[in-house]
Amino acid sequence: MGRFILRRFMYMNVVILVVSMITFGLMHAVPGGPFDREKALPAEIIANLEKRYNLDKPLWQQYLMYLNDVFIPQFSKTAPTSNLEDDALITFKVSGNLWVRWMNFGPTFSSRSRTVNDIFRQQLPISIQLGILALTVALTIGVPLGILAALKQNTIFDYLGMSIAIFGVSVPVIVLGPLMIWIFGVTLKWLPPTGWGTKPPYILGIFPSDLSWSFWRTAIMPAVALGLGSSAIIARLTRASLLQVIREDYIRTARSKGVKESHVITRHALKNSLIPVVTILGPMMAALVTGTFVTELTFGIPGMGKYFVTSITNRDYPVIMGTILLYAVFLVVANLIVDIMYAYLDPRIRYD
Amino acid sequence: MAKPVSLQNKEFGAGGKPISQKGESLWKDSMRRLMRNRAAVIGGSIIVLLLLLAVFADVIAPYPFAEQTLVDQNKLPQWVLSLFPTMEPYAQLSPKYFFGADYVGRDMMSRIIYGTRVSLTVAFIGPIISLIIGVIYGSISGYFGGRLDNLMMRIVDVLYAFPSLLFIILLLAFFRSTFARPAPGTFTYSVSQLDAAMGGLLFIFIGIGLTAWATMARLTRGQVLSVREKEFVEAARTLGANDMRIMFRHILPNVVGPLVVAETLAIPGYISTEAFLSFIGIGVNPPTPSWGSMISDGAQVIRTYPNQAVFPALALAITMFAFNFLGDGLRDALDPRLRGTQ
Repeated sequence: MGRFILRRFMYMNVVILVVSMITFGLMHAVPGGPFDREKALPAEIIANLEKRYNLDKPLWQQYLMYLNDVFIPQFSKTAPTSNLEDDALITFKVSGNLWVRWMNFGPTFSSRSRTVNDIFRQQLPISIQLGILALTVALTIGVPLGILAALKQNTIFDYLGMSIAIFGVSVPVIVLGPLMIWIFGVTLKWLPPTGWGTKPPYILGIFPSDLSWSFWRTAIMPAVALGLGSSAIIARLTRASLLQVIREDYIRTARSKGVKESHVITRHALKNSLIPVVTILGPMMAALVTGTFVTELTFGIPGMGKYFVTSITNRDYPVIMGTILLYAVFLVVANLIVDIMYAYLDPRIRYD
Repeated sequence: MAKPVSLQNKEFGAGGKPISQKGESLWKDSMRRLMRNRAAVIGGSIIVLLLLLAVFADVIAPYPFAEQTLVDQNKLPQWVLSLFPTMEPYAQLSPKYFFGADYVGRDMMSRIIYGTRVSLTVAFIGPIISLIIGVIYGSISGYFGGRLDNLMMRIVDVLYAFPSLLFIILLLAFFRSTFARPAPGTFTYSVSQLDAAMGGLLFIFIGIGLTAWATMARLTRGQVLSVREKEFVEAARTLGANDMRIMFRHILPNVVGPLVVAETLAIPGYISTEAFLSFIGIGVNPPTPSWGSMISDGAQVIRTYPNQAVFPALALAITMFAFNFLGDGLRDALDPRLRGTQ
């Protein structure tokens, strides 16, 4: 297992490096630069700006400088300043007067007073909160619905559950979002149609410190809109896999030994039937991440989604690199965790 | 003694009843099962209807999709108002537009009708691209096996690790700069010209093609592996058929069922990908109507004019339902063992 994790960790680094290379190459290869405006800036100003942000250097040098800033921890003898150039995501003191700075994602081109790390600190927690809530919705609706449909196969529960599931699969978040706003936000006025109810400071930098109704009333609609599609996929998968497992020999054996039915289901059937569900969590995370863009746009949530799209069309190089790398790291780590869980749940799977 | 020949061919089962003369073909049998599935038939009929709408959009749509009548901004007919009573205080009525007019006075119904063109093009071209690439790649990998198979599948693995939709967004957005215009004569220029000629669909196809084929390649490879060692392949080889002929005449027809099912079930994904890209503003070029961009425009004014988002949203949902129902039905019909899975 240790060897497997180590190998996957190396593989992960390769993928992230390749992603960074492709992104970097692509964004410099296509026409247009970060300082293009409707009315073109004078050449001297552009030259100055490019010098300021090191864009006049050869590409390979820019790329290596970027990798150095982001991936390699920098040691220095001086305390970190509040300069924009100094803004590292992780800063700590090792001893006496030795400081470590790591993950400096650089300045943003669109705003002179903000760094990419500022965006991460202020916008990313909101997207993560939305993502976690949506995942919770997906699992808490999907798994029980699938189990119920499988245990009561060919009854009204089954048909109802699977109708809900096909509804969830067929109605993407760009449809569900506006519909929910119209029904619950505009017509019934139960919930506010837009906004997000948390403010910094966040616990551990992510979790909202205030979990009162003022947070939930803004969070319910986006979380359900984003999570329902995934819950439908989970429900169908859970049902299919549980139906298969219930027919296995070892379930019959357990029953014939006189094990209680509830025990058979929870201890023997359920654990095995959840394995396919775990495997789909990886791709589902990817869908949820891209889903957050739309959800944030629809519900006016100040998360990362806006930056992802606008940074690309504005050629804001550091923001593009930062957001893409962030999502790539997140997805690769999520896939790794899923694989480890997979091995833990199914002892037949051995990775070395 | 007029028909001795036909008598010879007929076989008789118990009780003298003739067993069906030809033996049901697999496809005919599947078709019968499909026709018995009510949801699938409804889904299929809706798709046929949508296809007709798309083909005859010029005739059916009451207005051209880009015709702006600025004085008719946000106007709507009476029945829409009674459906959305919140608009009562400020709504301006006009019976000219069945679903109402949008924020620049374009007829919503015409745009929804023309929108079927984009969605259905994606729904039919997307699978074709991913099938062609995926089937060729997968059958080569599975048929030849060994080191080549290993290499080809590792490439697919790396592609899987890539966040594919992020890659599509990256690709699309980079070729669509806000301010930069590529210089004539360059490769980028010709590509963006071609893209503009297709109303912005080219990059969507490239994006779908680049990412969706990997799934098909994996599936095809698995299927090819399972029939590669069968006797009929052996027989064809003994008769002197070459690799190409074995692959495409003998193996492929035997593995095509699951591929068709997988592709049909993937169609809603392609449709929603296009809608998603148009929604975030990097899909089809305006003023080409896409349901995704219409929902996006409508979502801006959802509090004041909910009809502008709800109608295109319903159109998208109905199309997705239709393809999902048909896909489910096809799967059950082609492979009854799989009923209710996926």
